[in-house]
Amino acid sequence: MFENMSMEFLQGYWWILVSLLAALLVFLMFVQGGQTLLYTIGKNEEQKKLIVNALGRKWEFTFTTLVTFGGAFFASFPLFYSTSFGGAYWVWMAILFAFVIQAVSYEFRSKPNNLFGHKTYEIFLFLNGLLGTILIGTAVGTFFTGSAFSVNKMNLLNLVGESNAISQWEGPAHGLEAVLNFTNVALGLAVFFLSRVLASLYFINNIDHEEIVKSSKKQLLINSVAFLVFFLYFLGAILLKDGFAVNPASKVIYLEPYKYLTNFLAMPIVLAIFLLGVVGVLAGIGLTLFKECTKGIWLSGIGTVLAVFGLLLNVGFNNTAYYPAYNTALAPGSPEAIQFMQSSLTIQNSSSSHYTLTAMSYVSLLIPFVLAYIWYAWKSINNEKLSSKELENEHHTY
Amino acid sequence: MLAIMETIYVRTNDPEWKRITKFWMTIFGINFAIGVATGIILEFEFGTNWSNYSWFVGDIFGAPLAVEGIMAFFMESTFIAVMFFGWNKVSKRFHLMSTWLTAIGANLSALWILVANAWMQNPVGMKFNPETARNEMQNFWEVLFSPTAINKFLHTVTSSYMLAAIVVIGISSWYLLKNRDILFAKRSIVVASTFGLLFAIITISTGDSSAREMARVQPMKFAAMENHYHGKSFAPLVAFGALTPDPDTTKKQNFVFKIEIPNMLSYMAFLSPNAYVPGIYDFAYGNPEKGIISYQERIDKGKQAINALATYKQAKKENNDSLALASLTTFEANYQHFGYGFANAPEDLIPPVATTFYSFRVMVIFGGLFLVLFIYMFYLSIKNRLEGKKWLYYVAIASIPLVYITSQAGWIVAEVGRQPWVIQNLMTTKAAVSHIETSSVIITFWLFAITFTALLIAEIRIMLKQIKKGPKTEGGH
Repeated sequence: MFENMSMEFLQGYWWILVSLLAALLVFLMFVQGGQTLLYTIGKNEEQKKLIVNALGRKWEFTFTTLVTFGGAFFASFPLFYSTSFGGAYWVWMAILFAFVIQAVSYEFRSKPNNLFGHKTYEIFLFLNGLLGTILIGTAVGTFFTGSAFSVNKMNLLNLVGESNAISQWEGPAHGLEAVLNFTNVALGLAVFFLSRVLASLYFINNIDHEEIVKSSKKQLLINSVAFLVFFLYFLGAILLKDGFAVNPASKVIYLEPYKYLTNFLAMPIVLAIFLLGVVGVLAGIGLTLFKECTKGIWLSGIGTVLAVFGLLLNVGFNNTAYYPAYNTALAPGSPEAIQFMQSSLTIQNSSSSHYTLTAMSYVSLLIPFVLAYIWYAWKSINNEKLSSKELENEHHTY
Repeated sequence: MLAIMETIYVRTNDPEWKRITKFWMTIFGINFAIGVATGIILEFEFGTNWSNYSWFVGDIFGAPLAVEGIMAFFMESTFIAVMFFGWNKVSKRFHLMSTWLTAIGANLSALWILVANAWMQNPVGMKFNPETARNEMQNFWEVLFSPTAINKFLHTVTSSYMLAAIVVIGISSWYLLKNRDILFAKRSIVVASTFGLLFAIITISTGDSSAREMARVQPMKFAAMENHYHGKSFAPLVAFGALTPDPDTTKKQNFVFKIEIPNMLSYMAFLSPNAYVPGIYDFAYGNPEKGIISYQERIDKGKQAINALATYKQAKKENNDSLALASLTTFEANYQHFGYGFANAPEDLIPPVATTFYSFRVMVIFGGLFLVLFIYMFYLSIKNRLEGKKWLYYVAIASIPLVYITSQAGWIVAEVGRQPWVIQNLMTTKAAVSHIETSSVIITFWLFAITFTALLIAEIRIMLKQIKKGPKTEGGH
């Protein structure tokens, strides 16, 4: 089946899958958002325990999605993995560190004799929520704004120089310089506030505690406003800026005015997915705030998946370089700047071989089955809202 | 083991078995958290620190990681939730199935990451594409079912089962020593010793086949592991010995003393007592009589391959077809030596001999002692004579740190022994790294070293507390 497909089809198929995983990840980062609200919403130990346990039943799911997203991206677009991870070293290390400290915190937090006390593990959870969301958002921002790297595969064959590395990153900050571009930061902050919006909605739907629900609603309003401010700024900035286009025939990368806006208009389905997503997010928030609805997490969650999916399809398709090489130190339009841009990654020049994409495409057929068992398993243990009474009878709590 | 314990509970309906399962599940949960924290580092590190590697073999190496995520991680993380939180919510059978699926998920995950590791030791099922300057997969099944992968998977997972069994026996022995929770401890030991004994046999047999596989595909590692410098027929195996202290691995390291088993090395490597086992110097400096070309020659040919590829790429750019064809022919003729071109001297290609030699012996000797412990514990269990053996309890408790050391020693043989290769014969460790400052790597290393030392201390303290609390109170609150 897949072996007869064209290379373009397989590359597109894998970009769609990777984008979908990234979109799911952003939705599931409500766990991270919730961790940053632990002290804001949790007024006493009982409330904090409820919040930690409500999140604790989902954190591994977010974690697994992150790891699977990484693995899938590596396998399908290894040049991205090689260039971005090896170049934007400190950003990825900071993200990694944020997730390492999360991995132990739920299990260790409430256990006696845990060396640092429960507060330290709660700070770990807070840091994971803060850094995880902002840094991942900022890193994805560079998909639209570019990073200063160059790729030259011939370096591998260089036997005399100091380094054989095929990609080089300009400047000593190794990715941290992305925070100097406010468009990137705006996306980082938008993801951060969105994760808190989703967390508030999750608490309203999943925790049976009047005060927590009340505080969550307050946080929902505040964080929705903050999310909208940064999200709209980011959206405006990318729709109005020049984008990184690739000439399909010559493969030359060039700057095209309003590229991302053009992409939406050229791909109405992608635009529809994106708009439907934004409407979904807003509808979930609105219904919860004004109609006493408790199921807003589903609307906003699905909305988040669609909106992020739409954005990533926009930056990957229609002859676009999804990971642009751009050096702000070079004069725009100069031959050096144009030459520099040619290292940009597209889904065509960074993918795995036809054989590998085919083999993995067969494995991807398992995904619906995986989703089905996740759904079934969760339904069977989560059919009631979490309450303090339930936690009292529970063998395994955080 | 958890799944087996719970199966006994479901079949017998004896609440004691439920208590046993739940206690070990708590211990498992504490360890699992650290496992998750270390696992994610590996995935990030391939890109952050080994970016050349990620490109050069990402086409083959990435796939097992992606498959691992889709196939194994979700299974594990979904059903682990049912396992921990589902006791009062789902039926007994569904809970039991979830515990089994968690175990299967964990083992599937081990399968894929070990397939990836085995591929680095014995790269098969791929072809170098000069156009993209990387290796591309040609046969997924060859990668999955290579003998190295099968041995590696079976040897690693079964030795991990041994490790788990020793931990259970050690902790249970502490209860016997303290004369408390006797039934719990005895039953745990019955399961763990049976389980451990069975898998120790498989670990030993796959260890044996791994060694033979190593002699075939990584003969230098094999020679280093044995401190075997000059090749010979009827080669003896040094069961144990001490090497003369010499930090320079290029020079021959003699033995201060050694205990030998005649002909055993020849037999271990090639199943024949008179087989010729080549030594470190045979590879480094060549042995024409045995048809072994020297590393220097391979280095020269490797450099030829690398330079030919560079010329080929340049000629293609300049549309010089005849030069491109000629370079490609030179490249293809020398490709099997490609990775050697990254080295400068034969000595660069010899792994640290002493580390590999001692680690192998630590692994084998302690592995053997654990087998004896399993047999004895199993025997005492079925005869119901476990009580009153204080010295045995101390041995079992002391075995807990030793089994971790043994397991790490095995990994040192596998990973230090294959140096300087990140992918055997194709890419050296040095050529695989990212272009980042040494200081950045040092800072990151210490940051993680400090973090994980702190977490290890926290983990041990938590475990000790849970063990002290014991199964009665059902830890976790």
